[in-house]
Amino acid sequence: MSDVFPPRPRPATESGSPPSPEAVQRSIIETEGLSLFYGKAQALKSISLKIQEKVVTAFIGPSGCGKSTFLRCFNRMNDLIDTVRVQGQCRIGGEDILGPDVDVIELRKRVGMVFQKSNPFPKSIFENIAYGLRLHGTRDRKTLDEVVERSLRGAALWDEVKDRLHESALGLSGGQQQRLCIARAIAIRPEILLMDEPASALDPIATMKVEELILDLKKEFTIVIVTHNMQQATRISDYTAFFYIGELIEYDRTTRIFTNPQRKQTEDYVTGRFG
Amino acid sequence: MKGRFNKPSIDPVAAFFTGLTGLATLFILAILGVILGYLFWRGGGQVSWHFITGGTDTDMFDASRAGIFPMIIGTAARVLLMTVFVIPVGVITAIYLTEYARSGSLLTRFIRSAVNNLAGVPSIVFGLFGVGFFISFLGGSLDSLSGSPEPHWGKPALLWASLTLAVMTVPVVIVATEEALKAIQPGLREASLALGATKLETILRIVLPNALPGILTGGILAISRAAGEVAPILFTGAAYYLRDTPKSLTDQFMDLAYHVYVLSTQSPNVELTSPILFGTVVVLLALTFGLNLIAVIVRSRIRRQMRAAH
Amino acid sequence: MGIRRGHQARLGEVIAEKLILAISLSTIAMVFLIFLFVGREAFPVLLGRVSSAAAQEKPLPVEAMNTLTPAQLRAYLGLSAQEFSSMDRDTIQSLMEVRIEASAEEKPSRDAELNTVAWRYLLFPFQWSDYDKPVYVWQPVSGIHKYNIMPLVVGSLKTTIVALLFAVPLSLAAAIYVSQLANPRWKEWIKPAIEMLSAVPSVVLGAFALLVLATALQSLFGYQYRLNAFLAGIALGLTCVPVIFSIAEDALTSVPRSYTQAALALGASKWAAAWQIVVPAAIPGLFAAVVLGFGRCIGETMVVLIASGNAAILSPSLIEPVRTITATIAAELGETVVGGHHYRMLFVLGTLLFIVTFLTNLAGDVVIHRLKGRLEGKK
Repeated sequence: MSDVFPPRPRPATESGSPPSPEAVQRSIIETEGLSLFYGKAQALKSISLKIQEKVVTAFIGPSGCGKSTFLRCFNRMNDLIDTVRVQGQCRIGGEDILGPDVDVIELRKRVGMVFQKSNPFPKSIFENIAYGLRLHGTRDRKTLDEVVERSLRGAALWDEVKDRLHESALGLSGGQQQRLCIARAIAIRPEILLMDEPASALDPIATMKVEELILDLKKEFTIVIVTHNMQQATRISDYTAFFYIGELIEYDRTTRIFTNPQRKQTEDYVTGRFG
Repeated sequence: MKGRFNKPSIDPVAAFFTGLTGLATLFILAILGVILGYLFWRGGGQVSWHFITGGTDTDMFDASRAGIFPMIIGTAARVLLMTVFVIPVGVITAIYLTEYARSGSLLTRFIRSAVNNLAGVPSIVFGLFGVGFFISFLGGSLDSLSGSPEPHWGKPALLWASLTLAVMTVPVVIVATEEALKAIQPGLREASLALGATKLETILRIVLPNALPGILTGGILAISRAAGEVAPILFTGAAYYLRDTPKSLTDQFMDLAYHVYVLSTQSPNVELTSPILFGTVVVLLALTFGLNLIAVIVRSRIRRQMRAAH
Repeated sequence: MGIRRGHQARLGEVIAEKLILAISLSTIAMVFLIFLFVGREAFPVLLGRVSSAAAQEKPLPVEAMNTLTPAQLRAYLGLSAQEFSSMDRDTIQSLMEVRIEASAEEKPSRDAELNTVAWRYLLFPFQWSDYDKPVYVWQPVSGIHKYNIMPLVVGSLKTTIVALLFAVPLSLAAAIYVSQLANPRWKEWIKPAIEMLSAVPSVVLGAFALLVLATALQSLFGYQYRLNAFLAGIALGLTCVPVIFSIAEDALTSVPRSYTQAALALGASKWAAAWQIVVPAAIPGLFAAVVLGFGRCIGETMVVLIASGNAAILSPSLIEPVRTITATIAAELGETVVGGHHYRMLFVLGTLLFIVTFLTNLAGDVVIHRLKGRLEGKK
């Protein structure tokens, strides 16, 4: 993969290094001592982390390290599993999101998500994008038309599909489907976009398009992305967090994680000695 | 010279048993073929426009004049009315089992074993249940509430027969709907929830529309199963002879499957009336087989979709 | 816009979930209601609260027709609701007189004082006054209603055993062939085709047995009675072939393919892999298939009602007419007086059937559940 895509110069490095995570002022997601259990098995061990607004943060680590589980805490998708129990704190925009009185529906409107396997609804392209809007009460046709166009343009898909908006979304290619899912997620204007290995099922060309899109989207959205592809993390993220068996091992500017890791486990992983 | 990888001589034991089990399979198919072939051969000639649209007002045992229109109407009425009761209950229970229930919980296991048991209760026991519960208890209570001296509700009726059949076919609808719900790609539910949809919104807007073919299959299979049943309606609504088609829910009705029974056991001369019997059988089989065939086709599509989804 | 749940909790969501749960629970309620309402009519008999002897007591004077309620009068005269409503006063009066005359002529029979629905008469042989030895008789007609259920139980068992002897080997062999040996392309067609057999209504199979199979088998085997346990059993077998085949095929298919592949890799033939590896692993499922097939056979009504000859004789012979529990209910319920002892006895039979099938289903389910758990655990 790295031969196909030599790491591109990242905009962040062009305009000087971002501040270190400790120096970040405007963090939008903050966790403190966040632990998660599947039944009796502990999947996350007291994780504390601050994620900065309008940057791309990548979660890396070997399979089963808890990075996806951690990501799913931010929009409470873990609630769908009966046996899951969460301890500690997680705040978004300063508000606790783990309490029993939190309206997860409101939360999920503010924290969008894109999944590993593209999952367009078996409806038309238009209806896929309009789904979230209709859900939240938009009925006006003109508004819907506008938002659908803006979202598809935002996901760099408009030119490819503008002539077949009312055809089934299942007729799109894999990469187009995934960008459609991104467009669907941004249509309801979330503040944060969670991406769970969004390019892992795509071919190199489609992967490149999705990565370009992510760099584009960070102007407007805070993006947290889980990836098992380290080159991808270096190409698109500003910050990287390395997880190992449920623990946060190291969290720093992406350049530092990959060039000068502080912990032995991180170094072993990024140099490909395991994982 | 024989090479090392030449086809080995066939193992005679294996060949024998493969042949034997194959023959058993063929035998079952042959029986099915013979039964269907014979019935259609004997009954096909009887089925005419007059037979299907004619009434019983002339003579129900005269092969050249009898018609079975009232029976067709009766059967259609009882199975369609049944679907009105069974589809909501079956579909909602399937939704509970796949979308809400915790898979290991005691309650879920109780519901599942209730559904399985319901599927195994003999049809004649459903008939007794119809008499004891719907006619005597419900009907009797309605009569004593309205204070009418004549039993209006507490007697065999289209309504009670349909309700009895609905109780009997609930498992059919549940099983078919569950299969369809499970065939839906789990990612679709997640996608909908992640967009801020509630569980109910996700079910109504994503899950149910996608499960529609499965729900239809369930309905069709239930109809096909119920259309051929006689035992549950023997005492809850079917009539030996009526002058008219049912006009209200409390009327009794004539029925295709029941008519086959009547002609087999209560005919003045079984040989002479056998053309009517075989003709009725052909119409009944066309109904149950046609519906089953549709269900099989839809179902195999769902299964393919399920394999693609997982 | 805060994410705190304000005053607008999602009430609709909660109500909908409760409603869905309530409707699902109705399936449990249905099973209970069936037991309750079939049992309700049967319990008075089982608890010994009904006596058929009471009905045999000395006749009432004609004037009683003015003092009794219509329902009592109807029960006393043993009339159905339809018959009763079609009669005028004079007819009823003459019926009352006939009743008195009849009882005057009747020899005082010791049988008339017996409560024939007591347990001992239901289960054990008894020497009725016009018999020369103790017998098992189901004969709920004429003056003394004899309710021994043994001829019916044996009748049901006889037809079921014939049916299973016919259907089990056939269905299991076909299940092994279709799931393990057949060309997968054929399998796609054979399986639904066999399952189509279940789309033939049992009343149609019954009619076919009566008009075609009966003659064919009689000329083939040359036995005396055209309709008998053997014929009914064969026809009954046809109704349970798809049941047994379907469950057995599922059980065999659910054995992981890796088992078979390991055996084939070691040079076993397809048959050897199926017989030595797959069949033993699926044995509980095959057993469950037979158990559920039994439940289906014992509860089947229309086939045996039409093709069994319907004679409630206790006999070990398979080529004599028989009468099953199901056929008895179907044939007699229409002629009984609601609430009378005959009516209640038929509900006793229904309760018996319900309990037997309930237990067989439970057993079949448990076995299948365990098998699935075991195979999934082993994977």
